[in-house]
Amino acid sequence: MRVSRGIRLSLRVVALGYLFVLLAVPIGVILWRTFEPGLSEFLASISTPAARSALNLSLLIVAITVPVNVVFGVATALALVRGRFRGRGLLQAVVDLPFAVSPIVVGVALIMLWGAGGWFGALDQAGFQVIFGIPGMVLATIFVTLPFVVREVEPVLHEIGQEQEQAASTLGANGWQTFWRITLPAIRWGLTYGVVLTVARALGEFGAVIMVSSGFPGVSQTLTLLVHSRYIDDHNTYGAYAAATLLMGIALVVLLLMTVLDRKRSDR
Amino acid sequence: MTSDTDQQRRGPRPGTDVAPLPPRPDATAPDGIHPHGGGAPPYADPGDAAARPKHHGRGLRALRRPLGIGVVTLWLSVIVLLPLAALTVAAFDEGLAGFWEAVTAPAAVAALWVTVLVSAIVALVNAVVGTLVAWVLVRDEFRGKRFVNAVIDLPFALPTIVASIVLLSLYGPNSPIGVELNATRWGLVVALLFVTLPFVVRSVQPVLIEADHEVEEAAASLGASTWTTFRRIVLPTLAPAILSGTGLAFARAIGEYGSVVLIGGNIPRETQVASQYIQQQIEIDRPLNAAAVSVALLAIAFVTLLLLRVVSGRSQRREERDA
Repeated sequence: MRVSRGIRLSLRVVALGYLFVLLAVPIGVILWRTFEPGLSEFLASISTPAARSALNLSLLIVAITVPVNVVFGVATALALVRGRFRGRGLLQAVVDLPFAVSPIVVGVALIMLWGAGGWFGALDQAGFQVIFGIPGMVLATIFVTLPFVVREVEPVLHEIGQEQEQAASTLGANGWQTFWRITLPAIRWGLTYGVVLTVARALGEFGAVIMVSSGFPGVSQTLTLLVHSRYIDDHNTYGAYAAATLLMGIALVVLLLMTVLDRKRSDR
Repeated sequence: MTSDTDQQRRGPRPGTDVAPLPPRPDATAPDGIHPHGGGAPPYADPGDAAARPKHHGRGLRALRRPLGIGVVTLWLSVIVLLPLAALTVAAFDEGLAGFWEAVTAPAAVAALWVTVLVSAIVALVNAVVGTLVAWVLVRDEFRGKRFVNAVIDLPFALPTIVASIVLLSLYGPNSPIGVELNATRWGLVVALLFVTLPFVVRSVQPVLIEADHEVEEAAASLGASTWTTFRRIVLPTLAPAILSGTGLAFARAIGEYGSVVLIGGNIPRETQVASQYIQQQIEIDRPLNAAAVSVALLAIAFVTLLLLRVVSGRSQRREERDA
């Protein structure tokens, strides 16, 4: 399509203008508001006891979610790619399901299952509190991050095929050896990409977690809940900006990692 | 060769907070060229394994045995299916009548209406502006293009609550530019535009890269104006990608919570969206209402995604037939 210089320029101006107003200006404003009172103010705001415990809780949830997702995600991907069984199509659909469910609905569903009046309410009455406890927040995070590892590992497994694995087992390697020496090295970049996505989403999840958290500062607040409660409950606008900027910093690191990894993956 | 897993992989991925659907040329490969390239079979069909003698493919056989599959199924059931089943049962706790009553309560209907209306506006804006941004990023050349291209993924990487705060700092109370959008429907629209920005851009970009310039040039040399070339040649090529990006953006907007919770104001019948209504019903201890509206919301999202799949399947079949 030959486009005259005038149209080309005006399209460019419209597109960049849209991105500028929607993305650049708001982010610029929040950065300015965060750092305008000085770096020490920012550091003080993100190192209060409540903020520290929020960071710790967020990291704890990530530390539980990631290994669980790696183990079950790789197993699911293997079963979906290499397995031949009835209902595989159904399993595929179930893996995609979390993408289609609103975070709030995830929270409600977990309450209906694990809550005091839910199907597994007996657990709650026995003293093992899932909802309004850390287990509930972990379950919510695993629910929303479940597809990432599976969906990033699956295409790689398809691509590498089975020749090398078969060669290894013909040479006498057992299942575990084949997995550690052949399959895992082949899927490592896809797996890493899936883990990065999982970490980012786990740190950033808000809707599902707020539904199942009791939300006490210093006890059951993650970083995202801290941003919310500082703004809504404490009317501490600056504190909310500072905590949001911290999360934004983490997100930027993640974005950078994703770009680097994406290049690595396509190099392979 | 296009197995059902392949289909699934291209399937809709709504709600991906951080998944920057990287441009996937395979979804748009020109007919005849297999997405995975090369002359060899692109990947082993799962069916091959069973056809081979038993001693082959012993690696990882645990996952092919009922036990491995059983564990995976159990895992997916406990994490995903059981909660959703409990939700559905709770929604019909008082029978179909109870469900219907909860969903048609005036406040619930209002919240669902606001959600669908705002999401539809957001999807339409995305269809137009997203295509435009994709076009500029593919066909135009300017300094800093790579940077702009990377920034598109930012809304996926940014936690939704941060998106909310970011927009509030500009469009909220004491707005530095004097535009206060908080607690208005425009505030909702802006917040949702922010979080759904990448969908259309990222689905149109790869198609535009693959698109055949020669046809466009032929049209131009036959005297077609820029507008005619766009309408008759470019738009039909892009239509499936635009549609799928728009659908994903709509599905995402329907369920969005974090980005609208602060800027929306949660005013019933005005700016309260369905997810806020659900959250409120849980807070005032009306689980039936919350579960029923949740199921309604899920149904809207599923129908959207199902329609998308049907439409994309149809256009794919047409492509194959024309080939």
